[in-house]
Amino acid sequence: MMDGSKGFDDALTGEQKIRNFNINFGPQHPAAHGVLRLVLELDGEVVERCDPHIGLLHRGTEKLMESRTYLQNLPYFDRLDYVAPMNQEHAWCLAIEKLTGVEVPRRASLIRVLYSEIGRVLNHILNVTTQAMDVGALTPPLWGFEEREKLMVFYERACGARLHAAYFRPGGVHQDLPPELLDDIETWAHEFPRVINDLDGLLTENRIFKQRNADIGIITEQDILDWGFSGVMVRGSGLAWDLRRAQPYECYDEFDFQVPVGKNGDCYDRYLCRMEEMRQSTSIILQAIEKLRAPEGQGDILARGKVTPPKRGEMKTSMEALIHHFKLYTEGFKVPEGEVYAAVEAPKGEFGVYLVSDGTNRPYRAKIRAPGYLHLQAMDYVATGHQLADVAAIIGTMDVVFGEIDR
Amino acid sequence: MSEALKELGAHIEAKRTECVLSWDVAHDELTMDVALSNLVGFVEFLKTDQTCRFSTLVDITGVDHPDRPKRFDVVYHFLSMYQNHRIRIRVSIRDEDMVPSITEVHPSANWFEREVFDMFGILFSGHPDLRRILTDYGFRGYPLRKDFPTTGYTEVRYDEKQKRVVYEPVNLVQEYRQFDFMSPWEGAEYILPGDEKQEEAK
Repeated sequence: MMDGSKGFDDALTGEQKIRNFNINFGPQHPAAHGVLRLVLELDGEVVERCDPHIGLLHRGTEKLMESRTYLQNLPYFDRLDYVAPMNQEHAWCLAIEKLTGVEVPRRASLIRVLYSEIGRVLNHILNVTTQAMDVGALTPPLWGFEEREKLMVFYERACGARLHAAYFRPGGVHQDLPPELLDDIETWAHEFPRVINDLDGLLTENRIFKQRNADIGIITEQDILDWGFSGVMVRGSGLAWDLRRAQPYECYDEFDFQVPVGKNGDCYDRYLCRMEEMRQSTSIILQAIEKLRAPEGQGDILARGKVTPPKRGEMKTSMEALIHHFKLYTEGFKVPEGEVYAAVEAPKGEFGVYLVSDGTNRPYRAKIRAPGYLHLQAMDYVATGHQLADVAAIIGTMDVVFGEIDR
Repeated sequence: MSEALKELGAHIEAKRTECVLSWDVAHDELTMDVALSNLVGFVEFLKTDQTCRFSTLVDITGVDHPDRPKRFDVVYHFLSMYQNHRIRIRVSIRDEDMVPSITEVHPSANWFEREVFDMFGILFSGHPDLRRILTDYGFRGYPLRKDFPTTGYTEVRYDEKQKRVVYEPVNLVQEYRQFDFMSPWEGAEYILPGDEKQEEAK
């Protein structure tokens, strides 16, 4: 009993009997978005200290990666941020391509952009709607998950898996997209803005939603630097920092999109940013489809060479191709010695991979830099002084997923 | 891109000659080897200097090289959102060395340093709260060191009789699959089964 009811005799007046209250938030709490355990010290309803205990989902990904080949390691990245799996694979592929110097064919590059943006929409739908659920709205997740379902069908039609895609490969993507899939994605992208508007109508001017989010968890520019924030946590506070724009990778420099920024840096502005980013992503998806249909967008989807398998038809006639295929999937490819850091603008922020290679077929060391790790670290700083109920709202807009934090 | 980074590298070296051991630009990334002493001062310089302005800490991690006298590399990544460039700082330390904590300059280093301590057993002097972070409560050993087996030493299960979770030494039903990918045609360091007879025949 920590509430003082068991009695302590040195208090003289009733007022002195009030003590701070320690509670465990999670690890099994629907608003903890996974297996987060927060040890909260409360003064009445006000949070005095917040100590996140993480690592309950630690799987030792980085250690496991050291004993597997580069290609075998790729599926681990789906399991990090399982809300938008392909964006993580992207960082791994970019790191390998940077070290080996492989040029990705244009069609593969466009497909990657297309699916990264689908991943962004997947993530933001989940985040916006479940955060709304944390602060008391039930309808948004029901509507949002319907859209997520459609997007996961697109995942499935491209690679055969709804979540753990392993679709982006070093040197391109695993398989080409059929034209009907492009048509269906296009139809979806034309319909989707209506769904965003519906969600908008449910939440944006909703009195309860606004009261629970506006002026909660305000982040200033100094906080961003001190705590190493990235992604929407930065843009919500008015800094137009987006890696797709600032340090373009893949072919993002050809696309026309806006970087939405907030003004106040509170939970409400971050919500608005995510909503606008979904609209921007939908526009990027449409642009990518158009580019994929253009004559320049045709061609192979893998940079044929040492790091990628030969064409299936070639394997039927060429002995060398068959040997290459066998060697690639048993021994794997070798990556030249060196070290490299590759980052992508994942939906949650800057997702990076630091890869040290010793010239063999397995990474010597791979460090995964997850944006949520830093966001959650600042929990103590951001939540202190807020009420207990606001903790759920703050966790929601920080967009934490334990797959990537605990690794 | 590389040219700008080379200029930046030369600038930092000129300003902080006593800290910078060497630097180079590879794959469009600037890497700097830095002396352990006065690391905090150097990081502070990177943060405040107007041409650098590395105000965001991106990552801290370790790399284990058991065969070197200076066993560990502690690697820092910094980003400047204002100048739009990145830098990698590398500090080599011996097994028993302590690294000064940079939490005073970058509060975000807190969890990163806890993680490096947890995974490699590297101690950070001046860290406010150097507890383990990712591993289990009461975990022993440093998992990302190269001499730590991937399987670990203990395994956990729920015991129906004792009605609690028990820790036991790892007992694998099947040997952990560590393949040797070195092709015997490319200078393998072992004798293939059957090859020893060749020597006897002579």
